[in-house]
Amino acid sequence: MKKNVWVNIGFQAGALVLALLITTLILAAAGAPPLKAYGSILNGAFGSSNNIVAVLITWAPLLLTTVGVLITFSAGLWNIGVEGQMTLGAIFATWMLRMLQDTNLPPALIIILGILWGMVGGALWASLAGALKTFGGVNEIFGGLGLNFVSTALTIYLVFGPWKRPGVGSMSGTQPFNEALWLPTLGTGLSPWGLGLSILAVILVYLLLRGTYFGLRLKAVGKNMKASYLLGIPTWQYSMFAFLLCGALAGLAGAIQVESVYHRLLPNISNGYGFLGLLVAMLINYQAIWVIPIALFFAALNVGSVQLQIVYKMDSSFAGVLQDLLVLLVLLGQGVRERFLGKA
Amino acid sequence: MDPSVLIGLAGVLAAAAPVLFAVIGETITERAGVINLSLNGSVLLSAMGGFAVAYLTDNLFWGFLAGMLIGALVAFIVAFSSITLHQSQVAVGFVLALASRDLAYFLGVPYMNIPGPTLPTWQIPLLKDIPLLGPLFFRLDIITYLSYIVIVLAWLWIFRTRPGLMLQGIGDRPAAAFVRGANVNRLRYIYTIIGGAIAGLAGPAYTLNVKPGWMGTQTGLDGIGWIALSITIFGGWSPMRAAFGAYLFSLLQWLGLVLQSRLPGIPSQVLQVAPFPLMILTLLLVNIGNAEWVQRWLASMPEGSRRFFTKLLRAMRASPPAALGVPFESD
Amino acid sequence: MRVELRNIHKYFGKNHANAGINLDIPSGTIQGILGENGAGKSTLMKILSGYFYADSGEIILDGKAITISSPSDAIKHGIGMLHQDPLDFPPMRLLDNFLLGREGGLFPDRKVVARDIQTLAAQFNFSLDPEAYVDTLTVGERQQLEILRLLWLGARVLILDEPTTGISASQKAKLFETLRTLAGQGKTIIFVSHKLEDVEVLCHKVAVLRSGQLIGESPVPFDHKKMVEMMFGKEISLGDRYPLNAGGKVLELKNLAVEDVRLHMEDIHLDLHGGEVIGLAGMEGSGQGPFIRACSGLLRPVNGRVQVNGHDLTGKSHHIFKRHGVSFLPASRMEEGLVPGLTLTEHFVLAEKTQGVFIDHAKGTKLAEERITSFNIRGTPVSTVESLSGGNQQRALLALLQTPLSLILLEHPTRGLDIESTIYIWSKLKERCKQGTSIIFVSSDLEEILQYSDRVMVFFSGKVTPPLDVATLTTEKLGQLIGGSGWNNLNSGKSL
Repeated sequence: MKKNVWVNIGFQAGALVLALLITTLILAAAGAPPLKAYGSILNGAFGSSNNIVAVLITWAPLLLTTVGVLITFSAGLWNIGVEGQMTLGAIFATWMLRMLQDTNLPPALIIILGILWGMVGGALWASLAGALKTFGGVNEIFGGLGLNFVSTALTIYLVFGPWKRPGVGSMSGTQPFNEALWLPTLGTGLSPWGLGLSILAVILVYLLLRGTYFGLRLKAVGKNMKASYLLGIPTWQYSMFAFLLCGALAGLAGAIQVESVYHRLLPNISNGYGFLGLLVAMLINYQAIWVIPIALFFAALNVGSVQLQIVYKMDSSFAGVLQDLLVLLVLLGQGVRERFLGKA
Repeated sequence: MDPSVLIGLAGVLAAAAPVLFAVIGETITERAGVINLSLNGSVLLSAMGGFAVAYLTDNLFWGFLAGMLIGALVAFIVAFSSITLHQSQVAVGFVLALASRDLAYFLGVPYMNIPGPTLPTWQIPLLKDIPLLGPLFFRLDIITYLSYIVIVLAWLWIFRTRPGLMLQGIGDRPAAAFVRGANVNRLRYIYTIIGGAIAGLAGPAYTLNVKPGWMGTQTGLDGIGWIALSITIFGGWSPMRAAFGAYLFSLLQWLGLVLQSRLPGIPSQVLQVAPFPLMILTLLLVNIGNAEWVQRWLASMPEGSRRFFTKLLRAMRASPPAALGVPFESD
Repeated sequence: MRVELRNIHKYFGKNHANAGINLDIPSGTIQGILGENGAGKSTLMKILSGYFYADSGEIILDGKAITISSPSDAIKHGIGMLHQDPLDFPPMRLLDNFLLGREGGLFPDRKVVARDIQTLAAQFNFSLDPEAYVDTLTVGERQQLEILRLLWLGARVLILDEPTTGISASQKAKLFETLRTLAGQGKTIIFVSHKLEDVEVLCHKVAVLRSGQLIGESPVPFDHKKMVEMMFGKEISLGDRYPLNAGGKVLELKNLAVEDVRLHMEDIHLDLHGGEVIGLAGMEGSGQGPFIRACSGLLRPVNGRVQVNGHDLTGKSHHIFKRHGVSFLPASRMEEGLVPGLTLTEHFVLAEKTQGVFIDHAKGTKLAEERITSFNIRGTPVSTVESLSGGNQQRALLALLQTPLSLILLEHPTRGLDIESTIYIWSKLKERCKQGTSIIFVSSDLEEILQYSDRVMVFFSGKVTPPLDVATLTTEKLGQLIGGSGWNNLNSGKSL
């Protein structure tokens, strides 16, 4: 037992070293001095308190999308549509805020309604992918992807159409909300509410998947639908539940982005957090307990690599390259271990 | 016929070439029982790489070859992880789709928005003068002609040749194919890599011909791999039906562009996503016959209409190779 | 061709699957190989047909020692094997399926191949259309196709693995005739079976395997009783029959009509009483599957009524049936019955009634320990179900059943199990019957049907007999009905 843990850690560390090695080659090929480039990423992530705050701001939605897809992964579903579900959360939150911002309702209530409505939006969008899968036999990968693109188009339509700024619509988004409707922040832009809700969600999902009947049934449905049905579990309802829960969490992430970070709706508001959440979930081998540190690591990479763009005029997709390679190598490492060293 | 319509339709054929290569490549791979879900990324990477190599060597041939090599390399990783390591094809394919996409955007920066070589038009002597068909099919370029040939060759190979039958066999029932002398896993490697190489032509066919140049995220290729994967399903794993799907897609895109000039109020990005709801719809049509509630609903129908709907749904349905995504071990 | 096996040994881990087997089969012989599941028959055949290498020993064909590296290598040596489930390609045309695997040019000449099929088929009076699709054929026809294909490839030794399972009586007669003709031409036939009757009718001599060893050989005809002793190592008694103590009506089927893709069955009537056991006999795919699923709410009948304990549940879902005390245990244990990746404890927790939101893990473990003991499962509470053997998986499935139950529906409850497990599982089921639970089970094992049923329904390509009292049935009569003969003189008034 002990030994397996060490073998495990060894493989993960090996994957990390290998991923760094490959990205170093890539950096060199792209003409950047690799060590300095890593240095600037590190600096970009932790160099100043502003940067650390930026990392924490990135961390919150990533936590939410990651634990969201942990639920759908438990049910054996590849909810690639989490990206669009987050977008719909942002759209619904914006919708609620725009509708109520000129009323006399207390701002706190409007903010809360916005968040709840965002969760509803995400859940509804997820239920579309779920219904396509359950009632139409459309694989959730294709359903979800298609809906992602549709949600992007919907955002652009809103930003340039009905919700455009006075004058002319632009990629910079809708007119910002009244400042009273901004989720309170610690001055630096970090919203303790947003981060707090995200961490709470992590804890709740952890408990849900680990200790409850619901979680166990979800797991059973994910591993064997037919047998679960014969065991008396309402299987398609559980799949739908998983979609709805994940959608609601992604919607929460979208609402937080709108209410505490951008204070308006932007095109591409989901910003890849959904896909990144899927990667984190795969990297931690679907174990909810590791979400917190790994998501933080990924958030730091994302924020830090913005420096590459500034300093070396390189594309910030470098963070993506490193993250993708890391996950890929961990998957391959798992394969090597199972195949050649016997099952752990 | 109005000559501008004819030119437009010829443009549809040329614009379909990238999707076609991707779809035919994926069809071959999936026929062998392997899903290469990385398509969206590998097409982007081959588009960037193909353009960069053609630009650096100032030679189109090397550009296309580079595209094929990139496609083959990504496919090799899929094959290795699923056939040799027994990892989930979906997980690895998905991660590779992201990885090659990010890599394309990262490495493509130096080649962004610069003019590079493009494929010249090459009208085929004699054939170009056939009325109607000539201007439609034979006044285009060599890579579009190649796309016609690939469809026919793939179809002939799969359904008419001896090794093609074995290809069907390893995807449908690897155990039976093994008994009949196939080295199932080696063949799966080979076809995955060949399929990847063909799909790797999609990128350069776009950046060196359809819409020349690399423009980073504005290139307009992102998403095409996912479309190709769903057309593979829609095409029922037959190159002919798949080609029909690819041309239909290209035609609809062209109609969308025509429509857009008539509807100035809608941002272009909105019409650009029209293929995706359409993709969902076609998958719905192809798959809905398998859904349980449809079966129950059919069972509750009176005799006559039950038979009619059962037949209708079965005609639309496409059955995947029975062992698609299932690893094979010969004891 | 003369086939000699000399001192064949094969180990799987510690398991000595073949322990020094010697066989000499002269050409023109039909050799029977008898033995129960796990006796080592299929290991031996797989060695001969190129799937496995023997750890030691020799294969000698016509006096020459050879090594066989793969199944396709075996056919080059003239050894062809017909698998129980024919290894062909259902979505293909007969023609394509036929030529797949034969070496030759890039483009096969279909006309020549079609002619070859027809010539060969004519020799044995088979009617096969080269343009038809394989999935439209019956199992019997697929066997015929496979035999022709192996002969076309030059097979001089034919191995047949349980070929009489799932084919009709007339197809069986034709198969035997074909095999006799082939033997007459000097081909060697190896016929693997656990059915004494078939072996006795067809074979020239028979070898019996038990736990990896060749127990003995005998010419045909042989002494049945001695043969059974050789197969099982002892006289088998399947336990006592319990007298039926019928209770109230548990299940009532009225004018039921059931349909699946290929079959349509109608006019089924049944009154099932508490404690009663009904066996469903027939070739696989004759309609037992749709019928038993209709009884459990998994398949909606196209006509008629289903009543459980007096409640009309027609068209209701399986979960409603479950609430009325109906449980279904499917044949494919790992595909439909158990959840791979979950532990025994998790299974028992899932099957129990929910108590609150959080799972009490200590209680779950205790429950699992109790069930493991009382059902004699070889495993621990944290064992995942896929790590258990087939017999233990079946016990686990039974252990998951709730108490009390009105009706248990089972598909092939003892398939693939050894004789001890079979007896144990039936003793557990019969305990349930004494408490008033009724049972309907599907089996392709006639002995099992006759031993444990009170009444029997026989299925033949969409037709169903009324429930027949088991006392009026014999193996022969049942066999005829299953094969489709003797249906006209059924005394059909025998419904309770």
